[in-house]
Amino acid sequence: MRILILLLAMLCAAPALADSNLPPAYWANRQLPDQRQEAQAQALMNELRCLVCQGQSIADSDAELAGDMRDLVRRRIAAGEKPATIRGWLVQRYGSWISYRPTDEPAAWPLWLAPIALLLVGAFLIRHRIKLKARN
Amino acid sequence: MSRALRFAPLALLAVLIAGLIWRLATPVDTNVSSKLEGQRLPAFALPATLPSKPGLSSRDLATGQPRLVNVFASWCVPCITEVGVLQQLKARGVAIDGIAVRDRPQAVADFLSEHGDPYERIGSDERSQVQIALGSSGVPESFVVDGRGVIRYQHIGPIEASDVALILTKLEQAK
Repeated sequence: MRILILLLAMLCAAPALADSNLPPAYWANRQLPDQRQEAQAQALMNELRCLVCQGQSIADSDAELAGDMRDLVRRRIAAGEKPATIRGWLVQRYGSWISYRPTDEPAAWPLWLAPIALLLVGAFLIRHRIKLKARN
Repeated sequence: MSRALRFAPLALLAVLIAGLIWRLATPVDTNVSSKLEGQRLPAFALPATLPSKPGLSSRDLATGQPRLVNVFASWCVPCITEVGVLQQLKARGVAIDGIAVRDRPQAVADFLSEHGDPYERIGSDERSQVQIALGSSGVPESFVVDGRGVIRYQHIGPIEASDVALILTKLEQAK
């Protein structure tokens, strides 16, 4: 009985919510009426990283800040801004970290070079195998 | 297959494990710092949250004297302890302005009457737009802005009692 009361009491405990008391921003979960603009916004939102749930895009994240960023992206697209300009504006503030699209900075070079290097290794291994077979 | 090559997978495993242990011991810093440090504040104008206090615009932050801009919210738990430290800073002559993120006037009023009110101005940022424009990624965060309106320092997370000296130094350097 005591345990039951304790469990019931736990139901009353106010959880420490790290969320605000305002509803999501207007364009956070609403599509733009213009389909072409909405497609542009979607493509950009899929490539912007959420600041809260790092590793998710703002299109995927349920964080409030991600919702506010979607609102920002849709408003700016609706106002006629180009996706590249919006991405640039955010990169200016948060660094290239905020964008998932790989850049040509030196830090990203291994990303571009790795496929070529792996192909070369593969070719070398295959050649080695063929030689071994030929000898047997 | 040569003898040395036979041990290659084992060596690779050792390197992998060493890497994992190193990353567990020294976790990555997941804070995202604003790239606007050293640059002029973006232009903004936020309406007042409370009728008793003016709102906040970027023009109010270029007054010739350094100011501390605190990004906070009544729903943010670390902000409760931070506001006490801000009171200490205010007592030492620091001019503090607030940006209330995603908040209701009544909630802010309750928060300030319960925990203290160190702010000269409070702007209401209902859609986090100014927070994003500042390159801030959460609450609480604070910016030291110099007299010309240039961001000189970003403090991520609550200003704790042990940070008072640091903040005072940054404000002094911004003079």
